[in-house]
Amino acid sequence: MMELIDSTSSSESPTMTESSVPAISAGDGPLKMTTRNVDVFYGDKQAINDVSIDVTMDNVTAFIGPSGCGKSTFLRCLNRMNDTIPIAKVTGEITLEGEDIYAPKMDVVQLRARVGMVFQKPNPFPKSIYDNIAYGPRIHGLASTKEDLDNIVETSLQRAGLWREVQDRLQDSGTALSGGQQQRLCIARAIAVDPEVILMDEPCSALDPIATAKIEELIHELRGKYAIVIVTHNMQQAARVSQRTAFFHLGTLVEYGVTSDIFTNPTQEKTRDYITGRYG
Amino acid sequence: MNSTATFAEERNPTDWQGDAMQKRIRKRYAAERRFKALGLGAIILSAGFLAFLLIVMVGNGLRGFTQTELPVEIDFPAMTGGAAASQFEGANGQANLRTLGVRDIVNTSVQIQYGEEGTELFSAGGWQAVSAAILNNPKIVETKTTLYLPAESEIDVAYKSDGSASAEQKVTELGDKLSTGFNKNFLFNSDATDPMQVGIWGALKGSLITMFITLIIAFPIGVLSALYLEEYAPKNRFTDLIEVSINNLAAVPSIIFGLLGLAVFLNLFGLPRSAALVGGLTLALMTMPVIVISGRNAVKAVPPSIREAALGIGASQMQVVFHHVLPLALPGILTGTIIGMARALGETAPLLMIGMRAFIATPPSGIVEPATVLPVQIFLWSDEVNRGFVEKTSAAIIVLLLFLLTMNALAIYLRNRFETRW
Repeated sequence: MMELIDSTSSSESPTMTESSVPAISAGDGPLKMTTRNVDVFYGDKQAINDVSIDVTMDNVTAFIGPSGCGKSTFLRCLNRMNDTIPIAKVTGEITLEGEDIYAPKMDVVQLRARVGMVFQKPNPFPKSIYDNIAYGPRIHGLASTKEDLDNIVETSLQRAGLWREVQDRLQDSGTALSGGQQQRLCIARAIAVDPEVILMDEPCSALDPIATAKIEELIHELRGKYAIVIVTHNMQQAARVSQRTAFFHLGTLVEYGVTSDIFTNPTQEKTRDYITGRYG
Repeated sequence: MNSTATFAEERNPTDWQGDAMQKRIRKRYAAERRFKALGLGAIILSAGFLAFLLIVMVGNGLRGFTQTELPVEIDFPAMTGGAAASQFEGANGQANLRTLGVRDIVNTSVQIQYGEEGTELFSAGGWQAVSAAILNNPKIVETKTTLYLPAESEIDVAYKSDGSASAEQKVTELGDKLSTGFNKNFLFNSDATDPMQVGIWGALKGSLITMFITLIIAFPIGVLSALYLEEYAPKNRFTDLIEVSINNLAAVPSIIFGLLGLAVFLNLFGLPRSAALVGGLTLALMTMPVIVISGRNAVKAVPPSIREAALGIGASQMQVVFHHVLPLALPGILTGTIIGMARALGETAPLLMIGMRAFIATPPSGIVEPATVLPVQIFLWSDEVNRGFVEKTSAAIIVLLLFLLTMNALAIYLRNRFETRW
């Protein structure tokens, strides 16, 4: 069975590379991140095959695809979180503002501050709400005085839409919040270090519909302030929150384009099958 | 179709009320009851053993904290030729006391009251109690005072429990002159040849110093090793080898560590024999693998999502480890440290190898001075011929157990303080 899948994917990959849309026309806002011919290997297994995508400032970019298609793996290349897996190897070129992020002189710690990340499961630190937000600015030295830090905490929580709910209990534990609040706390924590890009890895998969709606609303509000890339297996969510959608299948980028086009008029058979629910 | 029809015919409906089923159910309940009874029996048995041990220990040991005393009336003004109280105050008090000849004064007083052989009723070092009393309250040298001095060891044993025939006879003769009082010597003295004069303080202090050295060496090295192995070291054959070696080290008999300490610290480095420093280093070698193993497990148990969260906002590896992983792993690490330290506290064999079985009559005042520790002291006393040492041995065991309890209570308190509520 595995051999069958491997052989089909490798035989199809040349045509896919041709048909994928690597660049986005001007007028879509300034380019933030570019990726060219990115391959990711876990040991001998190839997880990502020749992916080229541009991330722009003004658009929310969604990665969709069935489970195990490599969308999360690819997302984790954008802030080098894959570095923590010893057997992972990334080739190709990924740039942030024209800088190669895999270049030896790139400081990973700074990169991850500039490219923030929100994870699938809300993972606040077992500390107070205040300390959760203040941790990033503290380690990066972004606040020189207590007032500065208070200010950063307040604006970050406001941007994440959590300020009203927690302003009276900043010293309570972050883990005591509800799941949706925890996830917004994590978004606030990412915002607090003033990133340029925010990566979200299925941020709503552990949340109920009301909390999900709040996060989606928040993504709308944050659009334009930060370049946002969101991985989701919920196609309706991709359609609701994103302006650009990339469809991944078996480690390859099948189709990338304007979200409305992908959902109404996909150019690839596989994309059509997936969004109409024939598999996935 | 045909086959399913026969299947349905073959399989009779399950008879839940039938005899066979009822029997099976009864059997199941019986097995359950048997298992419960066995478990309860095991608990009762072990609790019984523990209670027996404690009762015997406390029953024998509490007597070690008391001493049999005889009253001696000392007419200081007559004996000393009119010494003034002021002579024994301040810095010169000790020196003046030495010239006074307290020992002779006491012996003379005893002979007046108990006859020529009277001194044999008293512990040889008993006069020191008089010196202490004078230093404590110099006023008594201007008066005629009755002091209670410790009786001789055999009389002590005979009075408190069963002693030798001659001692029992003396006890009967002395009658109600004998009484028991709190034995201060036992808490503040060190080892001695006379069981009435022995004390636990030297061994207790030795144990404290040794444990302190063990802790400051084994804890940081063990914790850092655990953190490095879990968070930094690549997973390859070499680190596997290290892991296996550490696991083996934790299981090595303690006397082997004693030999190692003897070969390395004494013979190679030339450190002083019988010193708390060497004992602490040797026990640190023994404790470290336990701390490393429990530390690794505690570090492993920290959820990876916390590491990702910290890495995701740009914390460096070291910041992740020291700001997040270590605080969350600390309760688990402390639990392992308690176990390791408790084992080290009770360890005798490796310390015998490095010469800590010497007769130490003065408490150590530094890490390189000759010292002994509680378990070794217990071992040495248990070997004594003099019957007076039996209760002292039990009393020392009580002190060791109290030390252990205090140490564990402290560690559990610390662990609970650092425990994070999720």
